[in-house]
Amino acid sequence: MAGLTPRYVLRRLGMFVLTVWLGATIIFIIPRLAPGDPVAAMVSRLMAQAGYIENSAEIIAAWRARFGLDGPIWVQYLAYLRNMVMLDMGYSLSSFPSQVDEMIADALPWTVGLLSVSTLLSFLIGNTIGALMGWPRVPAWIRALLPTTLTFTSIPFFMLGILLVYVFAYELRWFPPTGAYGRGLSPGWNWPFIKSLAQHGVLPVMSIVVTSMGFWALGMRGMIITNQGEDYMILAEAKGLRPSRVFLQYGIRNSILPQVTALALSLGGIAGGSTLVEYIFAYPGMGYLLYQGIVNTDYTLIQGIVFMLILGTATAVLILDLLLPILDPRISYER
Amino acid sequence: MSVTLSHQIGERRPAGTENVVLEVHNLKVYYTTPTGDVRAVDDVSFEIREGEIVGLVGESGCGKTTTAMAILRLVQSPGRIVGGQILLDGQDLVRLNERELREIRWTRISLIPQGAMNSLNPVMRIKDQIGDAIETHEGRLPRKELQERILKLLAMVGLPSRVYHMYPHELSGGMKQRVCIAMAIVLNPTLVIADEPTSALDVVVQRVVGETLLEVKNRLGVSMILIGHDMGLMAQLVDRIAVMYAGRLVELSDVYSLFKEPLHPYTQLLIESIPSIKERKPLKLTEGLTHDLRNPPPGCIFQLRCPHVTDKCREVVPPLLEVQPHRRVACHLYYDV
Repeated sequence: MAGLTPRYVLRRLGMFVLTVWLGATIIFIIPRLAPGDPVAAMVSRLMAQAGYIENSAEIIAAWRARFGLDGPIWVQYLAYLRNMVMLDMGYSLSSFPSQVDEMIADALPWTVGLLSVSTLLSFLIGNTIGALMGWPRVPAWIRALLPTTLTFTSIPFFMLGILLVYVFAYELRWFPPTGAYGRGLSPGWNWPFIKSLAQHGVLPVMSIVVTSMGFWALGMRGMIITNQGEDYMILAEAKGLRPSRVFLQYGIRNSILPQVTALALSLGGIAGGSTLVEYIFAYPGMGYLLYQGIVNTDYTLIQGIVFMLILGTATAVLILDLLLPILDPRISYER
Repeated sequence: MSVTLSHQIGERRPAGTENVVLEVHNLKVYYTTPTGDVRAVDDVSFEIREGEIVGLVGESGCGKTTTAMAILRLVQSPGRIVGGQILLDGQDLVRLNERELREIRWTRISLIPQGAMNSLNPVMRIKDQIGDAIETHEGRLPRKELQERILKLLAMVGLPSRVYHMYPHELSGGMKQRVCIAMAIVLNPTLVIADEPTSALDVVVQRVVGETLLEVKNRLGVSMILIGHDMGLMAQLVDRIAVMYAGRLVELSDVYSLFKEPLHPYTQLLIESIPSIKERKPLKLTEGLTHDLRNPPPGCIFQLRCPHVTDKCREVVPPLLEVQPHRRVACHLYYDV
């Protein structure tokens, strides 16, 4: 056993840096390939709002200098890379003079909170259902009942979101329809705020969990059933082990491995938010921010969010790379 | 590994009067299929004596493994035990409930599985896989004691102590097989069922594993059922041989007599089919096919392939009878004598 060697960690870190750099470079290049000039577009938008502006050409030139768009492309590129490393993403084009990193910093905790809770819940519930569906010792009537919990999986989650808002927010009035917390509360570690946060979170979390747990359940069921035929399962039973131990240590333990990979990848995608769910519930997260960015053609904002998404995914893969060899000893640290 | 095979042959006990450990009476295991039951094991009876190795041979699909799995009550669905008794020290295993079965498994009957390659849990260390068998049946033990016991066991099957901390994928096929042997004897069972323990190994490793099995048997005095179709290995290891054909036991005899003078026509063909270095001989066993196991013909099950078939064979099922001292055969040819 090689253990977590420095060499392995360094190589993984190298891969991480390479991935993020490639992603950042691509989002640097793409807007510059697109026709049009963002500063000219901004000025003409101002003109549309405020009427004719004198010496607009000079304004454009001044702003280009201000945004660093007048230098040669490689200077721009290096400046861009330096800014990305510092997580300085510049001004938002649509809500100038707000800074993109501040907007993201405001939105990110909401999204991370909402999506990590719903992803983990979905993972836990889905895998439990799937494992029980695939395990022959579970009473037949339970196994027959379990698939009904997956009925909603076939409905798109935003459709379910609308349905949930209608039933639980407008008809039953159990939960508030929109927002992340009640009006007049300020975020902090106090009971009224946390209660309000939980109440506001129920419907969005539910719409994601109910529609996505089928994905986990079906994967897990398949793995458990495949695993059933393995020789070590038969030997485990021949050893007279308790069914719970055979189920957990021999069945689940071997079936969970691909599920964990998928979990890490979906956790990595959290940084991008869930645009439709956040839109429906007017949840002030990354998805909602991205929606606004697209509607207002706010390139810097979109760029910032996409960069966070790249960073999140790369980080998740890095953590996964460091964790998997512990979960599955066959994955070697040395290769 | 000081025990050699030739030395071993001289030590073999005569089949005789020792205590019977396991009695199988009229065992029937059927597999349910949409077009009728497949009679994988049909009316099989035999017994295993204390400290004896009985070989169970026959072609693929004849019911060897199913018989073994039935003794462990591990027949997998859609298979089921339809009838018969499996008496271990007088206790009928067929009637035990789940909990009673778990107590018997590994403490009194253990298994050396067919595919040692895949029989170890890939995500558990060897020490934990042997350890959980011990602790399930004996309760929690001090770590030190557990470790000592496992290390002793590994040494006994000729494995270095570093195997203790290893994962299955770090071991070779032969080493995994020996881990399985070590695991099978950890609780000193009365009976070990070895299901083709050498089938996936090359001949050199086969020999080492065979020697390990003998060593274990001699040291612990366990009884063993050795399943396989390697007649050469059988000749070297076992005391008695049971020959199965199409779910039925057709001959049961001490190993010398069986090789010297096989009685059942199927056994005769089987012995003749052992390749010889000295001569090239035609393979005789290819003629004719086994009947459909869902719908066995009346009379003898071997009638379709038997060179000596008579009218009586097509009507009356030949029972397994003792026709010579310690030799039982299910064939009409011998009853009239």
